[in-house]
Amino acid sequence: MPEDSRAAGPTVAFEGVTKRYPGGAVAVESVSVTIAAGSFVALVGASGSGKSTLLKTINRLVEPSEGRVLIAGEPVEADDVHQLRRRIGYIFQNVGLFPHLSVAENIAIGLKIDGRKQTVDRVTELLDLVDLPRDFAGRTPDALSGGQRQRVGVARALATEPKLLIMDEPFGALDPVTRDQLGNAIRALHDRLRLTTIMVTHDMAEALLITDRILVMQAGRIVADCTPRGLIAGEGGPQADALVAVPREQARRLRALEADV
Amino acid sequence: MNSPFLDAMARVPDLLAAHVLLAASALVLGLVISLPLAIWSARRPLVARAALGFASLIQTIPSLALLALFYPLLLSLSAMVGGGIPALGFLPSLLALTLYALLPILRNGVTGLTSLDPAIIEAADGVGMTKWQKLLLVEAPLVSPVLMAGIRTAAVWTIGAATLSTTVGQPSLGDMIFAGLQTQNWALVLAGCVTAAGLALTVDALLGVVEHGIAGRKRVRTFMALGVLILGVLLAMAPMLPGKQKSVVVGAKGFSEQYILARLIGHRLERAGYRVTYREGLGSAVVFGALASGDIDVYVDYSGTIWTNEMKRQDVPRRGAIVKGISAWADSRHEIRLLGALGFENAYAFAMQDSKARQLGIRTLDDLVAQAPALSFGSDLEFLERPEWAAVKRAYPLSFKSAQAYNPTFMYRAIESGRADVISAFSSDGRIAAQKLTVLRDPKGAIPGYDAILLIDPEHARDARFINALAPLVGHIPVALMREANYMVDRDKDKASPEEAAKWLEARMAR
Repeated sequence: MPEDSRAAGPTVAFEGVTKRYPGGAVAVESVSVTIAAGSFVALVGASGSGKSTLLKTINRLVEPSEGRVLIAGEPVEADDVHQLRRRIGYIFQNVGLFPHLSVAENIAIGLKIDGRKQTVDRVTELLDLVDLPRDFAGRTPDALSGGQRQRVGVARALATEPKLLIMDEPFGALDPVTRDQLGNAIRALHDRLRLTTIMVTHDMAEALLITDRILVMQAGRIVADCTPRGLIAGEGGPQADALVAVPREQARRLRALEADV
Repeated sequence: MNSPFLDAMARVPDLLAAHVLLAASALVLGLVISLPLAIWSARRPLVARAALGFASLIQTIPSLALLALFYPLLLSLSAMVGGGIPALGFLPSLLALTLYALLPILRNGVTGLTSLDPAIIEAADGVGMTKWQKLLLVEAPLVSPVLMAGIRTAAVWTIGAATLSTTVGQPSLGDMIFAGLQTQNWALVLAGCVTAAGLALTVDALLGVVEHGIAGRKRVRTFMALGVLILGVLLAMAPMLPGKQKSVVVGAKGFSEQYILARLIGHRLERAGYRVTYREGLGSAVVFGALASGDIDVYVDYSGTIWTNEMKRQDVPRRGAIVKGISAWADSRHEIRLLGALGFENAYAFAMQDSKARQLGIRTLDDLVAQAPALSFGSDLEFLERPEWAAVKRAYPLSFKSAQAYNPTFMYRAIESGRADVISAFSSDGRIAAQKLTVLRDPKGAIPGYDAILLIDPEHARDARFINALAPLVGHIPVALMREANYMVDRDKDKASPEEAAKWLEARMAR
């Protein structure tokens, strides 16, 4: 399916990307990797491994100290930063819904800042897309649950029909049931809209279950680059194996419990 | 009904209008300055530290002192650019009050902006807002409730501090408070206070409606409250509309005799066809400069004051020589015309209660020197800082047990109650005779003469109509008459207003 490149999401390429902070701390160290058009990729690693920093160089919330990022062959700094960001859907853990705007206004904000007036139909469409009742349009964010809020965040990110979706721990603050539901919903959206999706997560099980390819980061470098199947088969190397061992062990114990019943 | 309070309320409309315009201008200017500064400060911690530090520093300066500071500042600025900047009146008041309004707006603005949820800012950036879109669509609406609270504080402070602009010659509700305090007309003080407080409460309440309207997204209420505020300012501007005939300004310092003389001068100028306005309660260090720069057109000063304070002379020649010297100096240095002496003197006079002076055997300042360490001294607010006091101390080494400065009215109360044993009285004061005070003689002639002299600004120095209107005052106010007029205003019972005393004085002079 990703081979059918008609209207699929763009490729994203990192070329020797390094992010060094004043004072010498290095968050990302010369990362070079290309993410294929239409793929769903996870950046997995422990806290401080540099995965969020690397992700944010795509929409320039972080500017690299060295190297460059290309989207569909175009360097990200070729255009005005706000124009770039309007073409990229961005979802993050704290959602950041605007508390003074209604759900509909939040979803339509990307259209509004782009000068588009007629947004009612599009908002309805997006509420349907993320499985929220249409009458949520008039509510304010503080009347929603955490999962509902992140669904609004997803709708907001997709409002301008971006072909590239980047997500920073998108389900980090949600309960396991909601987490699972939203993960599956995102995977379905990715397939339906033929997006390129890059997701940062520290949850290896989540990454294994919904993505096509997993990049494992440690101390600012990519230490494993593998498909989920490959990782399970032990092709990712020692660091990746350590991360995979946790869900594998959990699964084993669950099966043992089931056998006892 | 003819209550003194209702009489006093009759002065309110004009002063209220001036007060509203001043406070509103200061608040608007404060907003224009502090809003961009708050945005800049929120982005740059270093700017925030500098801006908030400066605003806090300003806040520690007493508002009266801040107003007073702008006078020399503007005066020297005006001198630097070759004149034309008014150092008194609206401009210094506006600047001082604007500075005062900065802090609450700035502090709330910066606090509001820096304490916004970082996730919301990240989201605003993430969806691709430009800096302006972020400011207008996200930051401004989220900060505005906090900001409005700051604006309310600034409005209340500004309205309160605007009463002090009277001291730099800007009409405000303070005119009533200061004049009332001086002449012990409590109805006038009360009317001024009640109106100023009422104004502050009303504006605060309306801004409160705006604040809650913004927070609760109630557009109609917000705009209605803003509409009422704007309407109020427009109403206050109404008196400025009709044909702007240039008026002459009569100046007065802050005591009864000056209020009476200002009215006396004003009435004569009105009869000569001038439109007259008054700037009362000017500090004596400020008033001469105001005349020289044309902020006021005419006032009465006292020869000794000009001699020692403006001309910085330490010698003390005879009275006539001082007046002549001032006349020549004022003309050559400032093109100010000294029209003449009015005929009475209002000198500093050390006074004691008659009984006490006799009991201690004090008749002269020489006698006082030995007994001073056991006595307390009450002076008016400026005497202890004046060169006359230095001159007196050079001639008589006086060292009192304590020295306390009072508002003149309270100075006389202090000697009556025994809290002060010696006061720096004024020789034309009706209360010297009424309170049975003894004036101590000055055998060494340390205190210069204080003939009341009529001074006219450069613009009218050769204006025949102006001069002719005032010339009959020269030499025609004997000290007995002035004392009696002063006492009419200063006494505790059956008080007359300065206006009434001026009319009485006119009638007596005509005889």
